This record gives sequence, C-alpha cells and structure tokens, in this order.
Amino acid sequence: MTVDLNLVGAKGAIAEAAEGKWGMTIDQDICTGCQACVAACAMENNLSFVGEEDAGYGRTQHWIRIERFWEGEYPEVKATPFQPMLCQQCGHAPCEPVCPVFATPHSPAEDLNLQVYNRCVGTRYCANNCPYQVRSFNWRDYHTIPERGNMVNGTLVFPLHNQLNPDVTVRRRGIMEKCTFCIQRIHKAQDQAKSEGREVEDGEFTTACAQACPATAITFGRMDHPESLVSQLAHQQRGVKHLEELNTLPRVTYLKEG
Amino acid sequence: MTATSKYFSGAQKAHDAHHEEEDPKQYLMYDPKPRGEMNAMVMESMMTTSWKFWLVLGILSFLVATCFFYGWGYMINEGLYVAGVMRPSYWGIFLVNTVFWIGISHAGTFISAILRVFKAEFRRPFTRAAELMTTFGLIQAGASIFMHLGRVWLAYWLFPIPNARQLWPNFHSPLMWDLLAITTYVLGSTMYLFLPLIPDLAMARDRSTGWRKVFYRILALGFRGTEGEWRHLTTAMNFFAFAIIPVMFSVHTIVSWDFAMAMRPGWSSTVFGPYFVLGALHSGMGAVAVVLFIMRTTMKHMDYFIRKEHFNALGKLMLIVTFAYSYFFFNDYIVQWYGGDKWTDTLLHWLEEGPMAWMFYQLVLFNIVIPPLMLWSKKIRETPWLLAAIGLLINVGMYWERYLIIPVMLTINRMPFTWKLYQPGIEIFLTVGTFSMFLLFYMIASRLIPLVPVWEVQEGQMTHTLRKVGKTHVPTVSEFE
Repeated sequence: MTVDLNLVGAKGAIAEAAEGKWGMTIDQDICTGCQACVAACAMENNLSFVGEEDAGYGRTQHWIRIERFWEGEYPEVKATPFQPMLCQQCGHAPCEPVCPVFATPHSPAEDLNLQVYNRCVGTRYCANNCPYQVRSFNWRDYHTIPERGNMVNGTLVFPLHNQLNPDVTVRRRGIMEKCTFCIQRIHKAQDQAKSEGREVEDGEFTTACAQACPATAITFGRMDHPESLVSQLAHQQRGVKHLEELNTLPRVTYLKEG
Repeated sequence: MTATSKYFSGAQKAHDAHHEEEDPKQYLMYDPKPRGEMNAMVMESMMTTSWKFWLVLGILSFLVATCFFYGWGYMINEGLYVAGVMRPSYWGIFLVNTVFWIGISHAGTFISAILRVFKAEFRRPFTRAAELMTTFGLIQAGASIFMHLGRVWLAYWLFPIPNARQLWPNFHSPLMWDLLAITTYVLGSTMYLFLPLIPDLAMARDRSTGWRKVFYRILALGFRGTEGEWRHLTTAMNFFAFAIIPVMFSVHTIVSWDFAMAMRPGWSSTVFGPYFVLGALHSGMGAVAVVLFIMRTTMKHMDYFIRKEHFNALGKLMLIVTFAYSYFFFNDYIVQWYGGDKWTDTLLHWLEEGPMAWMFYQLVLFNIVIPPLMLWSKKIRETPWLLAAIGLLINVGMYWERYLIIPVMLTINRMPFTWKLYQPGIEIFLTVGTFSMFLLFYMIASRLIPLVPVWEVQEGQMTHTLRKVGKTHVPTVSEFE
C-alpha cells in the first residue's frame, strides 16, 4: 500500500522530491584545508575583518569556514578530513520560520534561503536555530572602526574600502548575515541569459569559493539538471548530507571516503 | 473523685492550654482597628521618609542613570560587541533577565488573582505588594528584550502596524507569540493592579493636601464609594481575576516555547511549558517573601498588617511550589538523560562536570534541597528574615537555572567546532541597572500609593468576628453577598 504524502502532509518528504535549483558538492577527500575559499568568499561578499580579539572570542565573520578535527590524544593524533562548512541552503530550513519580521524568507525562484539585511532587527533567533551554526552576526560596524582608517586632510579614509565588491551590500551593525551562494553572480548570469533569450547553463559561472579552490574540491551548479557535473557528483555513493536526520534537506553534499 | 473524672479534668486543662496558645488576636482579621485609625496608619506609612530612604533612593537613581540608561545608550551607539554574546551563544544575559523578570511577575498574579478567586483570607494585606512586582517586573522584562535586539531602533517592526508595503510580522515565530503574550500580560496585569487600587486612592485623596491631592484625585477617577460604584468595581475585579489566570499560565508557557520550539539539544523539550510556569512561581514566591520582609522592617506600621501568620502561609505556599517545581525539574532532566540522544548526553555531561557545573549544583541546592528542608518547620516559616533569606536563595537558584538554559546550554550544539563558553560583558552593568530600576520603582511606589489594600483588610475584618460562646471567644467568618 502506498501512502499519498500530499494527503498526510509530510512536508519533508515532498520537499525531498525536489533537489533544489542550485547545489554544491564538497569533496572532503581532496580538500587540502588551504582556506582559499574562505579568503575568496571574504573578498567577494564584503565580509568584515573582525580582528584578532573578536575572532578569538567566536565572532568570526566567515560565511564559509574550514572545520578541522582530529581523533585520539596527543601524540597519537590522527587527522580527519577537513570539513568546509557553509550555509547548506536547506530546503526545509530551521532558520526561516523563527524570524519575527520575515527577514529570513525562502526564495521560491532560486530555491535558496535569503537574508533580507534591511529587514533584520537582530533577534538572532535564526542563528540559534541553525543546526550548522553558519550564520554570523554583525556585532559592530567593523568597516568603519576609526583605528583602521587614515586621517587624510581632516577626513577618515579607509584603505580597505577600495577592495569592496560594488555588487554586494556592506552590512551595518546589528544584523545577521550568511552565505548566499553568491546570489549576485547567479543574478548576473540570469540577466545575461535572459537578454540572450536562453536558460542559464551549468558551468557558466560559479561561486567565489568554488572558483578559488585550487584542488577543485568545491563544485557548484544546477542540481535540477541531471547531467550537470554537480548533480552527478552528488548522486555518487560517497555523497553524504550533514545532519540529515533533522530533515533540513540541505543543498550541499559532502563527498567522503571515496 | 473517680479515675474517669480525673482523666477528664486533665483533658480539659490540656484543652485550655491549647486555646491560650491560639490567641485569635494574633491574626490580622481578628485584631480589628477602627477605620479612621487604620487609614491614618497607611497614610502615615506612605508619607514618612527617613534620610536612609533618600540615601537608598539616591544610590538607586545613580545606578539607573549610569548602568541602565548610559550603559544601554553606549551599547546602542557601539554595537552589541560590548556585550558577551557571540557564536554559539547568540543569546545571553539579556534574555536570562527577561525570563527572570517574567518569572518574578508571576507571583503577583498568582497571589492576588488565584488566592482572590479561592478566597484565601491571608492574601488580603499583601496582594498589592505582589501585584506591583508584576507590573514593575514586566517593565524590566520588556526592557531586557529590547536591549537584546541588534537594531533596537527598528523594534516597532515587531508590532503589527499597518504600513504601505503590507509587511507584517511573522506569526509563525515564537518570538512573535512571546511579544503578543507579554503585551497582553502587561496590559491585563496593570489594569488588574489599578482596579483594586481605586478605593484606596479615593481614601488617600480625602486625607491629603497639595500635589498629592491632585495626584490622587486624577487617579481615583472620582470614586466616592456609592453602592453602584462598588458593584461595578467588584464585577470588574472578579472578571479580571478570572481572566488574568489563564493569561499568566500562557505567558510563561509561551516564553518557554522560545526555547522549546528551537532545534537545540537541551531546549527542545515538551515539558518546558509547565516547568517554566512552576519555575516562575517558585522565584516569584521567593521574591514576595523578600519584599514583605523589607516592607515590614522598613515601613511604618507594617508590622500591624504583615504578621507571622502571613509569612507562615507564604512559607507553606513556597513549600508546595518547591515540590511541584522539583517534580518538573526531574521530569525534564531525567527524561532527556534517559533519551540518550548524543548531543543531549554531551550537554548533560557538560552541565555536570563542565566549568559551569557549580551553577548547576547551586541550582539543585537552592531550589530543590534547601527549601523543603527548611520550610517544613513552622518556626522557620514564622521567622521573617529566615523566610526572606530562603526566598533570596531560591531567586539566586532560579537565576542560575535561566542562565544555564540560555547561554550555557547554547554552548553545546551539533557543530563541535564552534563550541565556546559565553562570558558576560556589559550585560552585568545592564543587569545591575534593571535590578536598580525595579527597586527604585518599588521605592517610589511605596511612597505614592498605599502598599496595603486598606479596603480589602477592612472588608476582611468586617466578615471575621469573635463571638462569645460561654467563656471563650469563637472565631466566625461570614461572607458578603
């Protein structure tokens, strides 16, 4: 006997049928832990440099981080593969329903979790409810800390502002942010494709982290195209999803123990 | 004389001795004073201020100005980095304070509404003292919620205010439920505080001069004490007493849902609702004991109104609440432990042997072990300072409980890479600020409005009489209506 999942309202089961539009695979077996993705992401998305003290206290502003684990006690330590952790763009995201002001909606067009910066009031509930702990909060206006500027003709000039990406907002203090799957690149590619009267093709563009990865451990692309590289990689036997038991339906697949 | 008569005379003596102990005059209800005298006593207790009062008032005002207003302003100006919140403890002491103050506020409603509905006579002299705690506690809870926001200047977005873009708050969010529940509770409990206050304000209006007269005249709403006014007032009070009880239960249940609805080890527990309600009553009762002790020792004539019998009754209530709280405490922890979930297990081990273990053991000691060991004894219950000390301990324990639930439990999540212990920053100053503000409001209120509901005490004394039957006086109780 088959049960109609639409009838019993099994939200998760229905959502699982859809793989999502954009997806990513991260091959942990070839990741070298070089942190190039972390740096590239910070450049692309105007992430703040929080400084040594705040970073040490747990206030890093990285949308992707390399988690490093080991087994055993010193000196018999066995390293385990590096684990890059970023927003998993859950299909059934725990961060979404808890925001009191709808700053964390789900985008039906892109099938991504959005963060609306100018709607966020900073209750930080989304970050508490995120089982992957990948949301970062703007604890202060890191971009305009006076000590980081130079006084030129009576005005403060911030040299680091020259490297900001004009396509991405600079977030002010008191709001939440997270990985967007480089949505500015997605939109650019979509606009280009639209003006040429076609669909966005797989491999036409990629995210900053995937672009920067020297070992090509990160692959980004269309999950809804079965022949795309990312969906072929994701459907290998060694693909695993993190905290799958929570039914968050992540869009990032980790490849391990190949 | 036969053996039997000897036996009977002995019993008679014992009986007499028992009655001599139980002097009915020790009960407020059987120790009536003329109305005029009692009104004058309450007025005098309100008007009398010593240099100590002004000194404490000055210190508290200074603390409120510096810790609360300057501290909060500094934090708004600088950003939340001056506080201790970080990944993974995105919530810190601000929400601990919120839950704590809402807990304190529960005692007021419980004592005045539930005891009024059940017609418990010992409630009469201290309902107002407890209700004031509700209102002032909720003010601090509300302030603490807004302190916690990243962009507090946009807090009005949390309210369903019609706007051109038709952007509404998200009613799926537990924080939204929380906001609505607390708003309802603030409005309801303030009205419930005000209604029984009207006859006392009218009494004060008739016995004061100058600015006080104007103040009371405005607040008393022209109450004269006619039959019709009393009827309307009693109806309204009955209505509010019944209506506020479910609101009280729902508020703290919904506060607990902020945690219970989240997908966190230690938080997603179905017993959190009643556990939090009982925890709130536990800390609230303790706070009432402390407040009654301070009132009795610092204010004039209060030893007439607040007596041993009231501390005794409050102690019994505290004992019952302790047992109920312990039941839910063990229900929460033992069931989670038995569940054996990997992350919950890690969390429980961390609580029992981590750096914050001292807090966990103090919580067990202050909330579950000490109260039942002390409160069984009538002697202890009737010693005001001792009961206040137990109340204070319970409140410390309950503060630790909320501290453990929020920043400490947040430390353990499903991503071990991010585990990090929370250390409070400017929150400590702001906490001092909220506590000072609560005490300051209470002190000002104690000199502005009658802290003892005079009309309720007088009504009680009218219904309680001593009837002379033979040689003894027998206490009798009648009922209005």
